[in-house]
Amino acid sequence: MREMISMIVVLTVLASVSGGLLAAVKSGTELRIEEQVLKFQKAPAIESLFSDVTNDPLKERFNLDTGETTIQIFPGKMPDGSMAVAFETLGKGGYGGDIGLMVAIDMDKDQLVGARVTTHAETPGLGSRAKDDLTFVSQFNDKSLDTNLALKADDGTISAISGATVTSRAITRAAIEAQTLYNDLKPEIMKQIQ
Amino acid sequence: MAQSLAKEFTKGLWAEIPPFRLVLGLCPTLAVTKSVENGIGMGLATTFVLVFSNLLISLLRNVIPTKVRIACYIVIIATFVTIVELVMQAYTYPLFLKLGIFIPLIVVNCIVLGRAEAFASKNNPVMALADGLGIGIGFTLSLASLGAVREILGAGTITIWGGSPIFDLSHWFHPFTFMVEAPGAFAALGLMLAGMNLIGKK
Repeated sequence: MREMISMIVVLTVLASVSGGLLAAVKSGTELRIEEQVLKFQKAPAIESLFSDVTNDPLKERFNLDTGETTIQIFPGKMPDGSMAVAFETLGKGGYGGDIGLMVAIDMDKDQLVGARVTTHAETPGLGSRAKDDLTFVSQFNDKSLDTNLALKADDGTISAISGATVTSRAITRAAIEAQTLYNDLKPEIMKQIQ
Repeated sequence: MAQSLAKEFTKGLWAEIPPFRLVLGLCPTLAVTKSVENGIGMGLATTFVLVFSNLLISLLRNVIPTKVRIACYIVIIATFVTIVELVMQAYTYPLFLKLGIFIPLIVVNCIVLGRAEAFASKNNPVMALADGLGIGIGFTLSLASLGAVREILGAGTITIWGGSPIFDLSHWFHPFTFMVEAPGAFAALGLMLAGMNLIGKK
């Protein structure tokens, strides 16, 4: 009996102390991790999409609660005066897992500015071309918001990367989700931008 | 006392070096040695976990009941691995992305649990610290040297830290890309293991 009590007590105390320690470390590093994710994952995509905006999208970023998740929105003031926003969506079903896509949408013209791949685990040299080579994602440039962004093989308008259909399909899923999300969130976004 | 301390430390550098002598921790060894940088990063992360878990387990060795010792060790090791993971995410993000899933896998790295069970639970904290440090550094050196072999032959570069190679020979010869793929990992490890056995043979 004493043995059992000692086992329970030791395990409980150990687990509680570990839990507390981990919570402390997590909250201590949270800010810095967010900065790093921003710097290495999102910033390159934002800089590529918003290369000639007149504001600082990274500084002016804000979060929006969709009820299920929180989305980070980056506003960009285009050179011709129209307002655009960029946010990241996840395309499920990539060859090596989910593919992150940063999609920029011009709110005044109701069209896509473009899209860039942020994170992926695709085959180097094949699916990874979606990030390294801009030919595939440039198909999203200036597309109107009511275009069907699926692959041509799925009755859409986007040509897949040859030899990387699974990767291409996952990216189009991310783009389509961005469309849907934007339509749902547009009123909220407008409120925040004002 | 000082002599046996030194002995515990140096055994991890040759006589009981993982993965070559102890033949433990082969999974990360094969997976992250595509470059010297990845090998060093993984080695240092594992060393941190080894040192602190050895130390804590040794300090608690008279408190932890025998019947739940493995569960307790795992809690302690997993805590330190999670700390390493969070710290890497915060301070060395590109390396964190490259090592990916192998950082949390340090929890089930046989070296860590093996030293905890075989040594730390039976020796005083100072010895346990020396053991952890020695084995950890030995592991880091092994990973770095295997990484060097694979990277030089497979990509013609050596990358020590920071992502860019310190020299690039890939223009001088066509790199033997087999070496940076999975089969090459097994081949390189096997050959190095054979070489070490040959050298160590009296």
